[in-house]
Amino acid sequence: MEHKQALYNYLLRLGDNAAILGHRLSEWCGHGPELEEDIAIINTALDLLGHARSIYTYAGQVDGNGKTEDDVAYLRLEREYRNALICELPNGHYGDTIARQILFDQFNLLVYEQLVHSKDETVAAIAAKAVKEIRYHLRRSTEWTLRLGDGTTESHDRIQQSFNDVWMFTGDLFVQDESDRSVIAAGVGPDLDIIFPIWKEKVKAVLDEATLTMPTDGWMQSGSKQGRHTEHFGYILSELQYMQRAYPGCEW
Amino acid sequence: MSHKHAGSLHAPDAEMAVSNARDVYTRRNEGVSIWVVESKYIHSTQESDVESMFDPNEDKIYRHPTFYDIPEEVGHM
Repeated sequence: MEHKQALYNYLLRLGDNAAILGHRLSEWCGHGPELEEDIAIINTALDLLGHARSIYTYAGQVDGNGKTEDDVAYLRLEREYRNALICELPNGHYGDTIARQILFDQFNLLVYEQLVHSKDETVAAIAAKAVKEIRYHLRRSTEWTLRLGDGTTESHDRIQQSFNDVWMFTGDLFVQDESDRSVIAAGVGPDLDIIFPIWKEKVKAVLDEATLTMPTDGWMQSGSKQGRHTEHFGYILSELQYMQRAYPGCEW
Repeated sequence: MSHKHAGSLHAPDAEMAVSNARDVYTRRNEGVSIWVVESKYIHSTQESDVESMFDPNEDKIYRHPTFYDIPEEVGHM
């Protein structure tokens, strides 16, 4: 595979993770469990949207056909989105959102900590800015995991169930294909096989402290890197793309 | 470093209070340091004390240092 194509695919994955999870979190706006948390989770959503914008802009340049960040964000079909499946799962209750968030934040931080050293200068610059924000996202999702896990019997049981339910989507984060291998060989992105055991160890440490049980690895969902999504994804796109599809090129 | 009151918030404990303060009150670059204090540790004046505590200062403008000549070499006070 041509490196340019591999890099474009890689950027789409990074950008789509941020855009789709950011969009999901933005659904909490005005619905957070308390005012402080409502604002905090939306801060995270906006951070992720910021990451997506930078990455999409660069993806458009790498593609070389004059695509803007908006073209990349709004004008693809379902199968052309490459976000990890975990990013598109519905918010559920707040424990579900936090379980999804800490598993992703820990993954995202380990990836971005390596992207800071990317041989691709633009990727390294985007990562250097983003990694500070991601570190804070993880801090927050960790604090909530500890409080819900080691809170009341009900909060413990409910977030334990959240982790059990989301676990089968974690394998998808670490699947690697030809594009990944090309990007790793070029020193642009990290090898997820190396990141996986570190991720697992760090997640386990938080779950232990939160008096929660780490779910066992069973059958894992996969397919995001080929654009195969869960049944939830079409609904996200219909909302996300509505304006651009109904009024092509609209601005405000 | 001088700290200014930014506002109040709810939180389950001290760590989350710092975190919430960061998210609620420093989103627009308002600060680089946060102090949070549990409201039960704040002792304040009462509405009923205002007259006796603050009104007497209204007519004592001579307490403002603008009435004194400050030597140049003292600089900004």
